[in-house]
Amino acid sequence: MQRIKSLFVANRGEIAVRIIRACRELGIASVQAYSEADSESLAVKLADKAVCVGAAPSKDSYLNRKALIDAVKAAGADAIHPGYGFLSENAEFADECVKAGLIYVGPEASVIRMMGDKAAARRLALDVGVPITMGSPDPIKSPDEAIEIGKRIGYPLLVKAAAGGGGRGMRVVTQESELRESLERAAAEATAAFGDGSLYIEKYLSPVRHVEVQVIGDGKDVIHLGERDCTIQRRHQKLVEEGPSPALTPALRERLTASAVALAKHVGYRNAGTLEYIVDAAKQEFYFIEMNTRIQVEHPVTEMLTGLDLVKMQIRIADGELLSVKQSDVQTSGHVIECRINAEDPEKGFMPRPGVLSEYSAPSGPGVRVDSHAYPGYKLPPHYDSLIAKLLVWGSDRTEALSRMQRALGEFQISGVPTTIEFHKRLIREPDFIASNIHTRYVKEHMWAGHPTQHML
Amino acid sequence: MADTKVVSEVTGSVWKVLVAVGDSVEADSPVVLIESMKMEIPVLAPDSGVVTEILVATGDPISEGQAVIALKT
Repeated sequence: MQRIKSLFVANRGEIAVRIIRACRELGIASVQAYSEADSESLAVKLADKAVCVGAAPSKDSYLNRKALIDAVKAAGADAIHPGYGFLSENAEFADECVKAGLIYVGPEASVIRMMGDKAAARRLALDVGVPITMGSPDPIKSPDEAIEIGKRIGYPLLVKAAAGGGGRGMRVVTQESELRESLERAAAEATAAFGDGSLYIEKYLSPVRHVEVQVIGDGKDVIHLGERDCTIQRRHQKLVEEGPSPALTPALRERLTASAVALAKHVGYRNAGTLEYIVDAAKQEFYFIEMNTRIQVEHPVTEMLTGLDLVKMQIRIADGELLSVKQSDVQTSGHVIECRINAEDPEKGFMPRPGVLSEYSAPSGPGVRVDSHAYPGYKLPPHYDSLIAKLLVWGSDRTEALSRMQRALGEFQISGVPTTIEFHKRLIREPDFIASNIHTRYVKEHMWAGHPTQHML
Repeated sequence: MADTKVVSEVTGSVWKVLVAVGDSVEADSPVVLIESMKMEIPVLAPDSGVVTEILVATGDPISEGQAVIALKT
């Protein structure tokens, strides 16, 4: 029996629109939270009901746990979807929602907490036999311990915040003499950003690819829905995602997806989730980095490959249903590429550029999907991320997907702010990208070689 | 010696002021961090000099082209 009659969307932007669409298809009423900066947002226009939860800065609105839960209760909603970012991986918030009698669209708080602690997640991976990069399984206790580890595994090293994510609180250390200062600065940054200064260290591998596995579990069973290759990045943040990964042999794909299912099953995972790995394509080896216990920005890549609706599946599972598909039912077809269209100026080191979209016209036609909250005249506030739209294309193979993406990028018209559209057009023409001969530092080291803003990437 | 206003290239809010009045700064060193669209963007000193005035505080909204500090160069 369906318990969820009304769902509260505790997020904004394109993912809020995505969740509202899922609700409508499921016959669930949607209640949209919004900040004072988002009163004109598409999500507010589309939702059945909208509630202002605070001022523009995220801490006053989309990160304001009390205001959100009060708003859910006042609106009479019985479920809450956290989207991605903001409170989507905040265990206290998940706890508070459940204590307030709400259905939280996500895993149990204890699972969020465990996976949110990157060091604990690494230990867990070791327990299940999933390979991790060499480094400290536990947060480091002193600079001397870090120096010991450095001697053992060699440089370059990566210093990471245990509570970090999204590329924040991460530093590359190339030699021992830099280690002490990097630890101090990383700890200070991590304390400021996440309220937790614990750090761990791992071997910095390069050149590598970034590949992630989509899983979904109902608390009893976990299945995987294939992988996404997210190697094209700037400042450790993704710009392009595609599936299947051009770098995996069938044998490696089998091992990778099996490891993801094993890890998720080990914690009785219930929700959509993503396990991130770095892949050394030359050696056909992979190493677990972290698990994201929420819907991911790039989830539509998997939706287009499998024909499944991940957001609806999340909501149904939260409502107590079991998975309606078995692993053997999951088939992928063709190739999908997603380009993130951001309000950023690539020529100025991908500097963010909030402003008004004086013109906005998205591409369409065969094999094209655009997930966006933008419309002509929409004002992108400076308070939130720079994503304007996710442009996805499906092709019967990668070659068709590439030419279709080039065609779709050519149709995309945005004026008023600089965007990443021209960057993507250039990337799709790069022989190395066409051959998928790429690594996570490709944009910085190859495309931006000699560019005055290379250091900013 | 000239007075130079150091301006932010980006709209956002002040994340951190990294210098104080009287500090000497090098050319291209960060003086203020602006948070815009969840990214931290440093405002760099265009020249070396001495900070004569701080024109913003943590949390202030900032427009593109707005001065954040004054420098005697």
